[in-house]
Amino acid sequence: MNIHEYQAKALFEKFGVPVPKGASAKSAAEFDAALASLPEGPTMVKSQIHAGGRGKGTFTDGFKGGVKFCKTKADAKDLAGKMMNNTLVTIQTGPAGRKVQTVYFTVASDIKKEYYLAVLLDRASSRPVIVVSTEGGVDIETVAHDTPEKITKVLIDPAYGVADFQLRQLIGALQLSGAEAKNAAKLIKNLYTFFWETDAAMVEVNPLITTPTGDVLALDAKVSFDSNALYRHSEIVALRDLNEEDPKEIEASKFDLAYIALDGNIACLVNGAGLAMSTMDIIKHYGGNPANFLDVGGGATKEKVIAAFKIILGDANVKGIFVNIFGGIMDCNVIAEGIVEAVKEVGLKLPLVVRLEGNNVAKGKSTLANSGLALVSGDTMADAAQKIVKLVA
Amino acid sequence: MSILITPKTKILVQGITGAFGAKHAQLSLDYGTQLVAGVTPGKGGQFFEHGAHKVPIFNSVHEAAAATGATVSVIFVPPPFAGDAILECVDAGLDLAVCITEGIPIKDMIRVKRAISGAKTRLIGPNCPGLVTPGTGEGSDGGCRIGIAPGYIHKKGHVGVVSRSGTLTYEAVFQITSKGLGQSTSVGIGGDPVNGTNHLDVIKLFNADPDTKGIILIGEIGGNAEVEAARWIKDNCTKPVAGFIAGATAPAGRRMGHAGAIVGGHEDTAAAKIAVFEECGIEVAATPSDMADALLRAAAKKGVSLA
Repeated sequence: MNIHEYQAKALFEKFGVPVPKGASAKSAAEFDAALASLPEGPTMVKSQIHAGGRGKGTFTDGFKGGVKFCKTKADAKDLAGKMMNNTLVTIQTGPAGRKVQTVYFTVASDIKKEYYLAVLLDRASSRPVIVVSTEGGVDIETVAHDTPEKITKVLIDPAYGVADFQLRQLIGALQLSGAEAKNAAKLIKNLYTFFWETDAAMVEVNPLITTPTGDVLALDAKVSFDSNALYRHSEIVALRDLNEEDPKEIEASKFDLAYIALDGNIACLVNGAGLAMSTMDIIKHYGGNPANFLDVGGGATKEKVIAAFKIILGDANVKGIFVNIFGGIMDCNVIAEGIVEAVKEVGLKLPLVVRLEGNNVAKGKSTLANSGLALVSGDTMADAAQKIVKLVA
Repeated sequence: MSILITPKTKILVQGITGAFGAKHAQLSLDYGTQLVAGVTPGKGGQFFEHGAHKVPIFNSVHEAAAATGATVSVIFVPPPFAGDAILECVDAGLDLAVCITEGIPIKDMIRVKRAISGAKTRLIGPNCPGLVTPGTGEGSDGGCRIGIAPGYIHKKGHVGVVSRSGTLTYEAVFQITSKGLGQSTSVGIGGDPVNGTNHLDVIKLFNADPDTKGIILIGEIGGNAEVEAARWIKDNCTKPVAGFIAGATAPAGRRMGHAGAIVGGHEDTAAAKIAVFEECGIEVAATPSDMADALLRAAAKKGVSLA
């Protein structure tokens, strides 16, 4: 689960990670109150959406930049009015962009130098890793690719936490000394505590900055949490912003269906995550374009299949449906009955190709064949994928 | 032979009284697996009854193992308690703990993995379908089925299958069986980012198993476990290997069902992993329908019979 920058920074402050003073507004009416809490002087205005590349983004009305520097608070209010309820398109949003529904004002800090800091899971060692670089404020993947020596990674033993010698390694890598070193060490240690205590999946501060007065601040904050751990963090669940999620994905989550919208026109309904992913792949392999990832899970019931069909058909781009089920334990006939019922209930007009395999498959196939529905049966994944691609083309 | 488990392996089930655990305990008993004990704290002394089977339930893994000689546990307990269940297996000194539970917090698994490092007990999973060593009866009955995989699609034979995904494992197993060949053991290592046993661990076991003549390695986007396994195969594996990677069309940064199936950078994409497979001499299946055929091609190139 992702949260906004302003929410992440509020959490940072609770854990003793310094950030520039800021205030958020959810409507133009709230601008004055938010700005009143900040001192007069240079102010940043930041569009709050769950996507990177905001600064270089463009609004759909042509206004450029989702993050702006202003000399005065009056200017900041003016620019915030141009962002609020406007739609921002960045390299991460896709062409549709995201509607800005919160604007965040912060004091514009004096920047001496920018750095990079992140805490995440290192899968190879199954441990948390702290990543730092002297190259901040730029795309870290590019730094990792072009100048890997400028990135330092320190693995943390979960039984002990961050050791002092590791903080010295990190500070050394950042080439900091004096008050900056002391402040940065404290910030890093607190950021790790935040990561660990909140079950974060990833915390990225890019840039981390030093100021001419020796302060060290998190200028940006990108945080995501482990969905599996949300049951023990009601305070984080409360930060979920449904405006940032695809309505179809929200609907799917109510039925415990794993659904992700994509931009193709062949919808997929599959059991199992691996099979669901490779169903998308095989559609692409035969020249089609998948409209979604959808895993109905191992215990798919009729109700789930019906809900899945409704969600799929809520996507106006969909021109055909590919149902791919390997019923290992699950009875193929139960699935077949679910499909028949769902198709009748939603009054399906689009081409439908069904590939069933596994437990009680003969009965399942005969249920489909005798249903009177205009569906096409596929024998293997490859056969079925070719059929649906042809039908949609 | 086989790897990790044989038809004689005695297993216990943690969470046998829950609906999911009970259903799969019944299926394993039907398959002929030596399922000798259940564990549910507070229900010790009761029995899990299924047909002619009467399986004793114990309060702890220690008691169950001591009383029945079980050496392997399969875990069906809910996510908040699953980490504890794994630690209990390690404390009881079992050979193998297979954790089926999906949805365990990553932090719990980080701590569990740290706590069990160096222990005698091997962990498979979590969020995995388990493993099957087929038997010789009809529908491969008489084998050892641990977890939630369908036993009947297996056939005793010589192909080793290792995968993060349940349904793709079944797909591969079914293709092999449909070609008249069979499996030594099929192993689902699970779709979580922190798991007990990775692809490479299983590949090493298959390579050392005289009864395994060919291997199908199924991976997906996210992490570098498949790449690590492929590099080892290039230098060490003497047997034909076919590989498949799911998620070529997955958008970056999105979690594709499995907690671990997420593209984080340039190197954990399907294309990057497939390129490494090719470079390491692994016969790549172009689609999931091609997995068994790809292994047959790999075997033909090496002049190896899989029968």
